[in-house]
Amino acid sequence: MPESLAKNKLVVFIGVAFLLVVLPGVAQYAGNFWVRIVDFALLYVLLALGLNIVVGYAGLLDLGYIAFYAVGAYMFGLLASPHLTDTFPAIKAIFAGGLHAPLWLVIPLGAAIAGVAGALLGAPTLKLRGDYLAIVTLGFGEIIRVFLNNLDAPLNITNGPKGLLQIDSVKIPLLNFDFGRPGELFGLEVSSVTKYYYLFLLIVVVSVVICHRLETSRIGRAWMAIREDEIAAKAMGINTRNMKLLAFAMGATFGGVAGVLFATFQRFISPESFALQESVMVVAMVVLGGIGHIPGVILGALLLAALPEVLRWVSGELDLQSMTGGRLDAAILRQLLIALAMIAIMLARPRGLWPSPEHGKAAPTPAT
Amino acid sequence: MSDVVLHVTGASKRFGGVQALSDVGITIRAGEVVGLIGPNGAGKTTFFNVITGLYTPDSGSFELGGKPYKPSAVHEVAKAGIARTFQNIRLFPEMTALENVMVGRHVRTGSGLWGAVFRTPKFVAEEAKIVQHGQELLDYVGIGRYRDYKARTLSYGDQRRLEIARALATEPTLIALDEPAAGMNATEKVVLRELIDRIRKDGRTILLIEHDVKLVMGLCDRVTVLDYGKPIAEGNPYDVQRNEKVIEAYLGAGHKAH
Repeated sequence: MPESLAKNKLVVFIGVAFLLVVLPGVAQYAGNFWVRIVDFALLYVLLALGLNIVVGYAGLLDLGYIAFYAVGAYMFGLLASPHLTDTFPAIKAIFAGGLHAPLWLVIPLGAAIAGVAGALLGAPTLKLRGDYLAIVTLGFGEIIRVFLNNLDAPLNITNGPKGLLQIDSVKIPLLNFDFGRPGELFGLEVSSVTKYYYLFLLIVVVSVVICHRLETSRIGRAWMAIREDEIAAKAMGINTRNMKLLAFAMGATFGGVAGVLFATFQRFISPESFALQESVMVVAMVVLGGIGHIPGVILGALLLAALPEVLRWVSGELDLQSMTGGRLDAAILRQLLIALAMIAIMLARPRGLWPSPEHGKAAPTPAT
Repeated sequence: MSDVVLHVTGASKRFGGVQALSDVGITIRAGEVVGLIGPNGAGKTTFFNVITGLYTPDSGSFELGGKPYKPSAVHEVAKAGIARTFQNIRLFPEMTALENVMVGRHVRTGSGLWGAVFRTPKFVAEEAKIVQHGQELLDYVGIGRYRDYKARTLSYGDQRRLEIARALATEPTLIALDEPAAGMNATEKVVLRELIDRIRKDGRTILLIEHDVKLVMGLCDRVTVLDYGKPIAEGNPYDVQRNEKVIEAYLGAGHKAH
């Protein structure tokens, strides 16, 4: 690499890192509401990165991805809220002080359980492709949500549609540090959402590194080979069954971790957070950003997560509702604008906003 | 006969009411180029798909390098040592030429998730070897300078050669080429012929399905002819060309009348 190019890269890297660090400070100035939006956007980045492994690398269209988000969220919800101890005296007897599983334990656990769930749900779909696979995964996603909604009887495990309340925030007892409370740094107030921002950012950065390393490995190549041509991949000696299961499991792992973070951040979860709409949204993020390309996927997730809120603010500022004599409701207008934006983007850039770079666009001259 | 690479006897395959293969056998010795010819629909590709595990045979015994193998799963057959190309090219179109060949190394390498995520020294060393091997194979088939081009952007002849390079990457004991010259022009055929010749001289064993009689006759040590799923002749190209049954199969029974 030429020196100037390497220098440019370093400058861009430092610039982006600096922006990411000061971003919540600026957003906090505009209101904690904005930091909260950025936090959610980071969770969506995590989800999109995970789904990108399944859809982008292995080429398996998964419309039930949000189920793994739910698995992670309920995992933390159950292990760090009063629900289980309140409902079951037996559990209360063991954990007299209530269940307060630390996040550091639940993240690997949630990742593992979601991974197993991913492989289990993937197993029956191994022979399916394209549309058929999408329909079956869509069904699985709904099954998990319906389960969560109805598992309040005969044994009240998930508390049904009422959801789980009073979930713990993240605490580091040794440092007496509570992510759920505002703190202070050099005399500046650091709000709870800002603390979470840094936590989420750290996990997103780690995830990006993992995704990138997977992409450029033997496993990643095997996934892409399956995506490109399954029969040829088999003929090259790739055990497509195992590789697909691995893709489902790895993707689900990211969903599980995102779910755990969501539960601790929101401190309340209910089945309606995990509706089909969310799965579709994550797929849209991956496709809109640039399927199979990490920077594109991140861009897509940030855009689709933040755009609705920005539009909400714009339509509120302009007071469109009174401008149109109450005919245009702000909420409806917002959805209309998102839909239009998505259509426009896909028309103008069918391979996504930031697709993977094209090598050798011009066909090479045939060798003679 | 210790140098027998592939020994198949009594392979049969039925699709509903069609007996696509009945009792087909083939023996290929190390270093040979064996041709499999026959009119359209004779069962050549079916036989190919059976020995490579794409179709499960109804009966037959299969031996590769003296060891019996069961052609029940395609990836197992590739691992056992048969690599193939496809009649209608099946590359990984959105991957680069080099990546295509690197996928071929999959079955002879073993690093997993752990190595990939933590970039262990073993992973790094293996990856470097895969790249080096891939580049060598691209050079070998003569498309080394296109390593970073996406496979779909290569010319037709180069795609064929890339497919062969990818098959060679699996270190096969037998390489099976399904109509490699299909759709090629005369120049491309000459280059292809040179390539196959070179692969043979480097000690590989080749099974070749081909329609191009000139190519088959020039390259093959022995030829097996299929018609209606049955083997009708076997021997060196010269004899087979003059075999009554073969001429009949290709030209029809009434040809002598003229």
